[in-house]
Amino acid sequence: MADNSMAVQQASTANDSNAIYEEVADWHINTGEEKVVAKRLKGRFRLRKWMGMSVWSLFFLVPYLRWDGQQAILFDIPDRQFRFFDLTVFPQDIWMLSLTLLFFAILLAAVTSVAGRVFCGYFCFQTVWTDIYTFIETKLEGDTPQKAHKFKQAPWTFDKTWRVLTKHSLWIAIALLTGLSFCAWFTDAYQLWGDIFTLQAPMPVWVALATFGIFTYGFAGFMREQVCFWLCPYARLQGVMYDQDTVLPAYDAERGEPRGKLKKGAVDGSKGSCIDCKVCVAVCPTGIDIRKGQQEGCITCGLCIDACDSIMDKTDQPRGLIRYASYKELHHDQNVLPMYRRPRVIIYSLILLLALSGIIYGFTTLSPTEFKVIHDRQPLYVRLSDGSIQNKYTLKLLNKTQQPITVRYSVSGLEGASLHGMEDEVIVEPGRVVPVTALVRAPADVTEDGLAPITFEARVLEQPQLDTTYNSMFMTPE
Amino acid sequence: MADNKKNPNEVSDTGHEWDGIRELENPPPRWWTNALYLSGLLVLVYFILYPSLPLINDSTEGLLGWTMIKEYKENLAEVEAKRAPFEEKLAAMTVEEILADPDMRNYAVGSSKVLYGDNCAACHGTGGVPAPGAGYPILADDNWLYGGDINTIVETLAKGRQGMMMAHKDTLKPEEVDSLVQFVINASESKATEAGWKLFNDKGCVGCHGADAKGIHALGSANLTDQIWRFSGEPEEIRYTILHGVNDPSDPQTRVAVMPAWNEKLAVKLEALKWEEEPEYDGTETQRLTETEIKKLAVYVHQFGGGQ
Repeated sequence: MADNSMAVQQASTANDSNAIYEEVADWHINTGEEKVVAKRLKGRFRLRKWMGMSVWSLFFLVPYLRWDGQQAILFDIPDRQFRFFDLTVFPQDIWMLSLTLLFFAILLAAVTSVAGRVFCGYFCFQTVWTDIYTFIETKLEGDTPQKAHKFKQAPWTFDKTWRVLTKHSLWIAIALLTGLSFCAWFTDAYQLWGDIFTLQAPMPVWVALATFGIFTYGFAGFMREQVCFWLCPYARLQGVMYDQDTVLPAYDAERGEPRGKLKKGAVDGSKGSCIDCKVCVAVCPTGIDIRKGQQEGCITCGLCIDACDSIMDKTDQPRGLIRYASYKELHHDQNVLPMYRRPRVIIYSLILLLALSGIIYGFTTLSPTEFKVIHDRQPLYVRLSDGSIQNKYTLKLLNKTQQPITVRYSVSGLEGASLHGMEDEVIVEPGRVVPVTALVRAPADVTEDGLAPITFEARVLEQPQLDTTYNSMFMTPE
Repeated sequence: MADNKKNPNEVSDTGHEWDGIRELENPPPRWWTNALYLSGLLVLVYFILYPSLPLINDSTEGLLGWTMIKEYKENLAEVEAKRAPFEEKLAAMTVEEILADPDMRNYAVGSSKVLYGDNCAACHGTGGVPAPGAGYPILADDNWLYGGDINTIVETLAKGRQGMMMAHKDTLKPEEVDSLVQFVINASESKATEAGWKLFNDKGCVGCHGADAKGIHALGSANLTDQIWRFSGEPEEIRYTILHGVNDPSDPQTRVAVMPAWNEKLAVKLEALKWEEEPEYDGTETQRLTETEIKKLAVYVHQFGGGQ
């Protein structure tokens, strides 16, 4: 990066437009015309990548968990509820979802400010699926660009044909399984398999399968790093979340330069540590050269660190020519801030903490019922023939438990008020709201200013601990 | 595409140059041009599949045969298909049965909102309470001229109502009118005097309003002893009612209070049922609302809070 800005500076001072062209030519940008075939090496970061990727197995497996004879985690859209083991979350509690989304959005920002595009490198579905797809591809077609090229040029023998067919079949199988697993979060997973194989599944399932199938196959199979380069908004978004304390996989140019080929297997003191073997480029899944500095194509997966470390070991040099390092570290800035003094970290952590406590509060105080009383607005009151005043209310009780409940309503807190039309108990089925109309009658002189507080009580006969009240108003002519 | 591997200086240019910056003949990325062609193709496909080219009276139809109005009608049919089982069930039930069945009652109330708004609310108000002073009966209170049980409400809706009170401007002396105004006010507060009652009886009011002045449902006469006023409780307004009557054709200043008939055919049927006869239709009966709609509206009015 530094070299380039210098080149630009020179160009502008010398007013030589050719320098701009030279500099542009120096930057090689792959817009999809070259296929990146990354060499796969073992190492610390490769292991971390596998661990990060393995989190996605939850996506495939969790829908099959059962709890009390039902799917343990289910986003039940037709019934408008989210089941989480014993808990049922209704649209009324949607604020908890907002907090969850906030939590993860800020978590992304926090992690990025500390250690760069960790999400991109280790968790992002594009990275993970691409890695699985290329794993299959390199196993079948060769793991270097040369081998891959040779394979492509080879005549269509039986061996080549079955390899290509196997590759695409596996890719499509993974793509479809991805779509199916997505659907399984929204409907009974076991029944879904049956429905798909008997072709009984509803339309949305087919649409989801086709959409996920096409996009997984296309994005992970063919577009790969091009998605990160040109389609992904996070890639650009995360880049601006760095500061000079953020640690990123970086090439220590001071130590590495001037680079040069190793002669006769011995390290020559006249050159830098970099032996220009280009293994760091060969292993990069997005095909960039980390030695050119931080750039948008870098998903900070650390595979170049593994590669360089293995070379350093072989050439008897200390590891860490490419390592996780901050800008300040590379530039010998002594003013490195500890984590707890970095404003971004502090602010992000506070928001994370707030969101998390909100979610915990929400889950622990999730009320099993929700009772609302709506005063009829038109008319606000009616005068009856004996001169008393009648107000009309709609009582709504939502039953969030899994059993039907029987409710008996009453009013209190207003002298002379009586409830009419509510003689019978109301049975509320699980997950349902039963609105009932309640008439409250009271003498006209019950209040002076036309407005008196009144309390509605809902008594649940089966479970007295579910009894709730709602404070409303009784209106009279002034 | 392979071009951007080369030094741009080697690419031919268009001959345009500004301050040493040349416009190079680099092609746009292939995916980009492909996307452009694809979008053109999509337009073509759209033109073939959907109505697109305007003609003089209509437009090309499109292979799919889709139109917005067709989709609207389909959606409407879908809603109606969902309602159909309820509507069929409703048609077969009596109003009492509907009232007793919470599900059907809820359906009737829910589906009557628009019906009531379109046909009834103009006079009786959205919630059964008309604008003050408008002179239309309140439906949400417990006072009913003809009776507040569900069957009577159906009857009222079906055949309409037109009560009649004679104008008394020619038959009563001014001081008698004054006394009667006072009597009516006192009666509503349960403190009518002996003299008032005597006048009420002597002047024939008793004939329609009943011996206890509580009104007679069969005639639709008003209850004078409660705290609800058919027109107004102001002395001047009471006087006006006594002087000019209600719906009295002989007095041009009379109060007009007419509830139109919403289903005369149903009215004939209900009348026949009352006498256990076969209904005889003469073919001129109007049906502004269907029998099911009348039932729904009766349930809707009943739940305003005054139904008996």
